[in-house]
Amino acid sequence: MTFINYASREINCKIVYYGPGLCGKTTNLQWIYEKTNPNAKGKLISLATETDRTLFFDFLPLELGTVRGFKTRFHLYTVPGQVFYDASRKLILKGVDGVIFVADSQVERMDANVEAIDNLIVNLKSQGYDLLNIPYILQLNKRDLPNVATVDEMRKALSRKTPPEPVIEACAARGTGVFETLKGVAKLVLADLTKTS
Amino acid sequence: MAAPDIVMYEEEFNQIKGIIAKLRVDANSKVVFLVDKNGQQIAAHGEIEHLDTTSLASLTAGNVAATDGLARLIGEKEFSILFHEGEKDNIHISIVASRVILVVIFDERSSLGLVRLRVKKASEELNRVFSNIMAKVEKERANVGTTFESPFAEITDEDIDSLFS
Repeated sequence: MTFINYASREINCKIVYYGPGLCGKTTNLQWIYEKTNPNAKGKLISLATETDRTLFFDFLPLELGTVRGFKTRFHLYTVPGQVFYDASRKLILKGVDGVIFVADSQVERMDANVEAIDNLIVNLKSQGYDLLNIPYILQLNKRDLPNVATVDEMRKALSRKTPPEPVIEACAARGTGVFETLKGVAKLVLADLTKTS
Repeated sequence: MAAPDIVMYEEEFNQIKGIIAKLRVDANSKVVFLVDKNGQQIAAHGEIEHLDTTSLASLTAGNVAATDGLARLIGEKEFSILFHEGEKDNIHISIVASRVILVVIFDERSSLGLVRLRVKKASEELNRVFSNIMAKVEKERANVGTTFESPFAEITDEDIDSLFS
């Protein structure tokens, strides 16, 4: 749900990073946090366990600049990936404007990816959204590891949209593809606003 | 996409700012702010210069969402008031018009009783303002495609690219 404030001329959009446990959602946010101009970002908040696993969410507010006289802010959230935190994942999807699915490219994580995408579809539905209509990007993360599935195999297993969703290869720990993914989803969200009229 | 769910217009925004400014004085509190349930800050008033209001808004919404989940688990619709007590400062959180969150931060210069009393009164006024906003939004939604003019209808790829340059 985009929040548009005509009085202070601001648009706020909510982007959620979704994906199986340890796929690199928080790493995406950390990279963005480290590489963004200090004036453009707020604090990175991580509600994590003592072992740095996300417990509730990570949150990073970003101020991107001005579009048509409106200050544009993106609020980036991650969900906890571990299966048993499903209730929290549902809550975080509330009011989402765009979703990035971070898939773990390692062959042995393919089942976890599929399970997480199916879970995303169910949880979006419970908040009244349909994956087919929501701005959505599929990020194939950890492409630098040796035991990865091919891009074609991953598309086949994880693509859920027709026409197919944009797919971006990434290595979040080194920053490859991180900003491309964010920019991709931001474009889709803002393009979605143009359809409002 | 349908018309956005919350659109804030100048008239209602000024009314809201007036109500929370008055609440801050009446409740003798440090900060009053209003957040929507998705964590977007709507308005803030008081000693906010050294306060990270964006993070506060997001965490408040997360807090309310988690508490809502707890409420439903035990068969309640919602817990409409949350109160956190600290050594110096306290936070009073309440839900207004079923969709926005009113947060009051206060210290020993005020008391929980006073805050609750004043919040109740301000909530009634905010309820009225939000009903007006929702009525306006509904009206515009009914007119989507006919008269509703989105200021973003003409966003170009260059506009979006320039955000990332």
